[in-house]
Amino acid sequence: MRMAKSETPLLDELEKGPWPSFVKDIKRVAERKPMAKDLLRQLELSYKDKIGHWKHGGIVGVTGYGGGVIGRYSDRPDLFPNVAHFHTMRINHPSGWFYTTKALRTICDIWDRHGSGLTNMHGSTGDIILLGTFTEHLQPCFDELSEAGFDLGGSGSALRTPSACVGPARCEWACYDTLDACNDVTHEFQDYLHRPMWPYKFKIKFSGCPNDCVAAIARSDLAVIGTWRDKIRVDQAAVQAYVAGEISPAAGGGGKKAKFDIQKDVIELCPTRCMEWNGKKLTIYNDDCTRCMHCINVMPEALRPGKDTGVTILVGGKAPILEGALMSWVLIPFMKFESPYQEFKDLAEKIWEWWDENGKMRERLGEVIERMSMRKFLDAMGLPAVPQMVKTPRYNPYIFF
Amino acid sequence: MGKTDIGPPDFRNFLPPIIKKNYGKWKYHRILEPGVLVHVSETGKEVYTVRMGSGRLVTVDFIREVCDLADKYSDGYLRFTSRHNVEFLLTDKKKIAPLKKELAAKGWPIGGTGHSVTSIVHTQGWVHCHTPATDASGVVKSVMDELFEYFGSHKLPAQVRIALACCLNMCGAVHCSDIAILGVHTKLPKVDHETLRNVCEIPTTIAACPTGAIRPHPDKEKKSVIVNPERCMYCGNCYTMCPAMPLADGEGDGISIWVGGKVSNARHTPMFSRLAIPYLPNNPPRWPEVTSAIKNIVEVYAKHANKYERIGEWIERVGWERFFKLTGIEFTPLHIDDYKLSTTTFRNTTQFKWG
Repeated sequence: MRMAKSETPLLDELEKGPWPSFVKDIKRVAERKPMAKDLLRQLELSYKDKIGHWKHGGIVGVTGYGGGVIGRYSDRPDLFPNVAHFHTMRINHPSGWFYTTKALRTICDIWDRHGSGLTNMHGSTGDIILLGTFTEHLQPCFDELSEAGFDLGGSGSALRTPSACVGPARCEWACYDTLDACNDVTHEFQDYLHRPMWPYKFKIKFSGCPNDCVAAIARSDLAVIGTWRDKIRVDQAAVQAYVAGEISPAAGGGGKKAKFDIQKDVIELCPTRCMEWNGKKLTIYNDDCTRCMHCINVMPEALRPGKDTGVTILVGGKAPILEGALMSWVLIPFMKFESPYQEFKDLAEKIWEWWDENGKMRERLGEVIERMSMRKFLDAMGLPAVPQMVKTPRYNPYIFF
Repeated sequence: MGKTDIGPPDFRNFLPPIIKKNYGKWKYHRILEPGVLVHVSETGKEVYTVRMGSGRLVTVDFIREVCDLADKYSDGYLRFTSRHNVEFLLTDKKKIAPLKKELAAKGWPIGGTGHSVTSIVHTQGWVHCHTPATDASGVVKSVMDELFEYFGSHKLPAQVRIALACCLNMCGAVHCSDIAILGVHTKLPKVDHETLRNVCEIPTTIAACPTGAIRPHPDKEKKSVIVNPERCMYCGNCYTMCPAMPLADGEGDGISIWVGGKVSNARHTPMFSRLAIPYLPNNPPRWPEVTSAIKNIVEVYAKHANKYERIGEWIERVGWERFFKLTGIEFTPLHIDDYKLSTTTFRNTTQFKWG
């Protein structure tokens, strides 16, 4: 018997190769779901035309919310009627992306009943993304999700779903409880998350240490990064074990055969050259240490962050739109960070009030500070200027005395 | 009607008992082999993590299969990483080998730890977005196929973080990645004057342009706008604000490659990615120009960088002029910045190399 000719010859090419294939994965769902099938057929057309086939936007949602659902319509509903609507629901993930299989299966069952069966685990901001459903399914789908203990994430000019690194759940470097902070702050600001009312989007991210595994410095308007202000804890015997080749450097991440040379791999790569090794003892001049994490990353069994831990708060990070990409910059060099995080919440409210009052439409916090000046922002926040905020003082002499 | 504003489920209800008991007590970790970690607690307890690579676009069938494995091997618990990997958290060391075997049988790769290329963070592309200049999942799959050997090994000088955003909106915020794959439009928005007057606010549309390239149409009767081709840099912000200004173009759209960014504060401070290749064509389904360009960058880096040097740190040490020479990538006028603060990127010294 002759095989039926494939409707997706271009996409079929992506079934090949060693990396898991999304085409293969979608195809098996397409066997029972016309929506998944039409999604593949429309994507095939995009591969042919080298252009997307979704219409611009569309406002849809569920009762009581101003966001959380992204409206999407095909521009070829004549060809692909089963994806005429292909709306996305953003669902708040649990902090640190921990799940029980029971909870995941519940989500899968709900999404099987109401949507395409396609998801993103997870979206760029961190939400569970349920990808593709019709308008009439949005409310019943939300109702079932809510019944199961899940809620919508943020979209539009709102607080976006905050996210956190794995933190103290499974990392020895967490300088505060990123998961608790993220969960607490997300619950506290539900209204800002679900009812867009600001000039543009606003992101908060919680990283437990300067390694910044959730990219808070690049990807959030308000970045909370764990740090410490006392001394790196040193286990001299373990340092010697590294030097003697008894423990693999970088936890073994540099390969099995990686040799360790404390002078070359640690001392000389320290950005402030604040360490010395005399063949027996590692000396760290902590006043010169900028807590970059390199030595700790390379010798995790010998070195640990200090005990007087807290966070550095940075503001202004964002992707290019509108005025260009920004990395967030230091606002508060050190803050103790413990439940109920009141100082942080008050600061966030103050920032939002200032931003809302001064920001133009689609102007992110960092851009408003750039336009209005950091000095005005600090005045409004009631925060002192400190040298930790800048790389260098100004070099232009046009000073507003 | 469902209850509103209940917020995310409490993560504490989803933590495996071993994690709950040792929460905040972890002392150190070791990577036993690529993709397999052990974390050791102050209490002496150990938790083993098996990390599996995954695309970010996955179906409910896939999730259920992953759940089956988690039920069998990790007491019904699992987690996802910030880069879409799946992690099984095991208390019994003896279960690592059979889990690995099952993952291998399914064709699911184990890795993404240490000095590797881990899963690519990416956006929606043609699968779901309304402003993409390229697909996301297809490009990512093609790139990961090409770099597959670096996922399950530790043979690079340091970790290489790759990210893809399908347009300048950059939902994936790829601007601080070791290698960034960025969809670019290169043709002017096609103003649909008939539609524009009905669906767009003209002052808002004009204000949307970061370079002031949009002006009211000289013919006031038209109630529309025109675009100055000299000033447009194809960011697509006008289209976001006004659906009557689409700029997607099957021939013009393509991919740019950026290198040398990082977010970690380890050693060097965080860095922006810088332009390596301004434009490569969209060539679905396999984007061969993109995959070979990225493989070249990774291999040249692997050959020349010192241990622990991220791509950006390597380039900063040897200099951009040498980066272009070693990679054979052509330096063009497009590499010279002409937006805000461009002069901060110019060379204020007689110190440079001849390549």
